[in-house]
Amino acid sequence: MSSYGDDEIDDYAYGLDEAERAARPIVILTGLKRSGKTSIRKVVFQKMSPNETLFEESTARVTQDTVRSSFINFETVEFPGQLSPFDANTEDMFRRCGALLFIIDAQDDYTEAQKTMAQYFAQAYQINQNIKFEVFIHKVDGLPEESKLDTNFELFHKMKEDLSEQGLDKIMNTVSFHLTSIYDHSIFEAFSKVVQKLIKQLPTLERLLDIFNQSSNVEKSFLFDVVSKIYIATDSSPVEMATYELCCDMIDVTIDISAIYGSKNDGTSAFDEKSYAEIRLQTEQVLVLRQLSKHLALVCILRSENYEKKGLIEHNFNIFKMGIEKVFRVRKQMNSGIPHSNSSQVGSYQ
Amino acid sequence: MSKRKVLLMGKSGSGKTSMRSIIFANYIARDTSRLGPTIEVEHAHVRFLGNLVLHLWDCGGQETFMENYLQNQKDQIFKNVQVLIYVFDVESREIERDYRYYQSCLESLLANSPNAKVFCLIHKMDLIQEDHRDQTFDEKKRDILRLSEAGAGGKDKASEVVQCFKSSIWDETLYKAWSAIVYKLIPNVHAIEAKLANFTEVVEASEVLLFERATFLVIAHAEVSEQNKDVHRFEKVSNIIKQFKLSCSKMGSQFEQVQVKNDQFAAFIEAFTPNTFIMVVLAGPGSASVSATTILMNIRLARKHFERLEEAGAA
Repeated sequence: MSSYGDDEIDDYAYGLDEAERAARPIVILTGLKRSGKTSIRKVVFQKMSPNETLFEESTARVTQDTVRSSFINFETVEFPGQLSPFDANTEDMFRRCGALLFIIDAQDDYTEAQKTMAQYFAQAYQINQNIKFEVFIHKVDGLPEESKLDTNFELFHKMKEDLSEQGLDKIMNTVSFHLTSIYDHSIFEAFSKVVQKLIKQLPTLERLLDIFNQSSNVEKSFLFDVVSKIYIATDSSPVEMATYELCCDMIDVTIDISAIYGSKNDGTSAFDEKSYAEIRLQTEQVLVLRQLSKHLALVCILRSENYEKKGLIEHNFNIFKMGIEKVFRVRKQMNSGIPHSNSSQVGSYQ
Repeated sequence: MSKRKVLLMGKSGSGKTSMRSIIFANYIARDTSRLGPTIEVEHAHVRFLGNLVLHLWDCGGQETFMENYLQNQKDQIFKNVQVLIYVFDVESREIERDYRYYQSCLESLLANSPNAKVFCLIHKMDLIQEDHRDQTFDEKKRDILRLSEAGAGGKDKASEVVQCFKSSIWDETLYKAWSAIVYKLIPNVHAIEAKLANFTEVVEASEVLLFERATFLVIAHAEVSEQNKDVHRFEKVSNIIKQFKLSCSKMGSQFEQVQVKNDQFAAFIEAFTPNTFIMVVLAGPGSASVSATTILMNIRLARKHFERLEEAGAA
């Protein structure tokens, strides 16, 4: 297993389409002025603390950014609110686009935003029918609980009306709505959902996690991209927001304490092969974090009586890790055209 | 049971109640925006380290109240004070007036409680651009120490009585300031430190921290060598653990034990005495393979010694 070198881990990549494997998928962020596009990008991908985003100035030009030192290998492109993203130069970008995000300031009147959004989605759909459309109903931290859902409901129906007027009803099947705020974990949750749709191996990963949970008596497990705290997969049981938040916070604790006491002087990440964390709660639950690859961690939660047999879980974890490596190796071989015969082995252990 | 009277003063809106709520009432920084202005004096009794009770006088800072404190209520307010915490808003537009009130308060304090210690917090530092923070703080600190000379009776005296800290509720600086404050208030802190140093040696740890259970302020520490360590690590750890504690309570739970390891270190945080948490850090390659059971057993064995020490401190 140690033969698995760094170079290869870097190639844990995924693309939208085999033919376009050279190019990273693009996630496009749009929305009216001051809707929070830049803040979202900085909080999720650059670890900016939410209160610092107050100082962010209005973005004046199209901002392109590649997500680095992360499992998530895509480009983000942000269009300033005052600029329409559609012209001759951007057509190619929309062809490569995996997800188009439209961010709406829920604390403001969103009539205009909704109109613009319907128009953008329709135009993008004409260029590329595979784009996933994601609506972030943003800044909901300032709204009372019931009006969050009302807003969601209203936007959904207005969008449906507008698009069916243009005869584009089927776009609605690929539009998802998310209630988000940078002040809690909802923005990471929403981005997790967006990213998961771009991962082709998702069903296999979910299946692997299910098998791991069953054989180890684990209640819930997440596959996390450590840097962004986005979960790229979880098992098939429903996600409870509180559990997800706690797992996110556990990553923070692990990374922050490791940065203080376990950073090497050579500037490499404090998240290394031996990275491990275990938190016991009064409610007889244990949270466990294990490093899977340079960028990925498995975080799971289980009853403490089921964590007495650490050896069993350790064993299952190692098999799980091998499984994950195989999934991505198969992928890599497919990409590089090397014939392979072992894809059927993935998930065959039990 | 020992009681300590702590005055919290400064102009209205400088952030006194906000920081008190974060440190002692488990508020998260963002929620402090809901707090209204304090009217006259709000009293809060905070049980700290179980047997030590901090009697916080949160003095509303509006001018009429200030005049009152300095005149009619002078004796009542400034008698028997152990610590005065004076909060300055770094962005204040009326800095001259702030300074004038500070001087009057200091004078009244030292006249009524000559042994009191003073902590000046230059607060809301997050509003200053990061690269200007040190410079701004140094300037303010110099001003405050100069203004304290008259009240304290001389330059040396001033720097002995008055300590300045920069703080912001948005980062760990708040914990640094408050750790320094409570350190001054714990009766047998030196005995605790000595015992902790002994424990550190026995378990061959590179560092051991002792946290107060409710606030997660570091009250004592022992370390083997200073080298390669982040000087802000105590307050950072306080902040990290406190945040995590708040996330646990959202789930209706609380953590009992935390272990974090990588190739270079292993850290164990565990509920210790009824009033404290302990953190044991082992450093160096290979420490990740040290048996967790051994460390945890050692922690359990040390527990009763520290419990006794706490009881002695209360007597």
